[in-house]
Amino acid sequence: MKIHYGTALAAVALVAVHVLMRLTQSFAESLEYENVIANYQFLPYAGMLEIILILLSVHGFNGLRVILLELKQGRVYEKAVSYGCVAAMIGLIAYGSRTIIMVNMGIV
Amino acid sequence: MTQVPSIAEEQLSTSLSSSKSVTLRIARFNPEHENERKFMEFTIPYEKWTTVLEAILEVKKHFDHSVAVRYSCRQATCGSCGMIINGKPRLACFTKISELDSDIVTVEPMNNFPIIRDLAVRFERLFDTHHKIKPYLIRDDSEITSNEKEFLQSPEELEQYIQFSNCIKCGLCNSACPTMATDSSFVGPQALAQAYRYVADSRDKGKDSRLKVIDDSHGIWRCHFAGSCSQVCPKGVDPAMGIQFLRGYLLGFRS
Repeated sequence: MKIHYGTALAAVALVAVHVLMRLTQSFAESLEYENVIANYQFLPYAGMLEIILILLSVHGFNGLRVILLELKQGRVYEKAVSYGCVAAMIGLIAYGSRTIIMVNMGIV
Repeated sequence: MTQVPSIAEEQLSTSLSSSKSVTLRIARFNPEHENERKFMEFTIPYEKWTTVLEAILEVKKHFDHSVAVRYSCRQATCGSCGMIINGKPRLACFTKISELDSDIVTVEPMNNFPIIRDLAVRFERLFDTHHKIKPYLIRDDSEITSNEKEFLQSPEELEQYIQFSNCIKCGLCNSACPTMATDSSFVGPQALAQAYRYVADSRDKGKDSRLKVIDDSHGIWRCHFAGSCSQVCPKGVDPAMGIQFLRGYLLGFRS
């Protein structure tokens, strides 16, 4: 459970930085295609986005796991929920990372 | 030779007269023979000092002796007569009918406990979880083998845990806990409060082993801090606070 508290605190700090970075431009401007690509190509910022993705995925899926474990109990069910949430978390992180990798490889 | 009146005759002669009366609704359920709970209503006379337990015993005495209820001390010490009274977990012997401010008093068995019959519930899970957290002082030495005759404590050290030692294991906190309702493996506020009682005791050396027991997927982290356990405790114990203090130990804020 300590991982849940840790990821929450770290995510709050990094998401605050992320929001402040977005405030340097207008909302519409920050969503323009070129600006989004430029963000992903700026490695320190892309790295921070990757860390936010990992933190929120771990926090979110661990939270979902806990909710599901409270709904029902049983050895098989609890194992299925835990492994399922870890698999979904890895899948989401892989899918999010794919975007940053594709941009930096020049595929997009 | 004077003939001793039979119990039945003695009970029949007992006066029921009173200026006020209340409708007592008692939940009746026998899981071995019935599928659902039903309520039976009795009109019971009461005085300012009449407790719900006395009203139930009045029903047993004069109307239906088959009502199942567990009780013993009648003074909020043994923790036997916990039940849901007008929707709230309370001790029947510690709840006066006049204080309920209602013409109808509904009594049901405690939530989150398997029902034996009517108002009597099984306490096995409560005692199991209580036993699991090692509710005794753990030391390498003992009072028997030590040369010292007592383990001294300052008033400040005593203050750390004294309210938690008032627990009478009535189960009202577990009955009120929303997590207990959904998580059948949850340790529960009673056991967690007792874990804090021993962890905070300066004489105890078993903190690590106790924290290991409660730092589990169905342990202390399942508490959502609803606080209902502390609201219903008849002895003024604050399990919710104890649980937060225990979390402090696990997160390294307390030592």
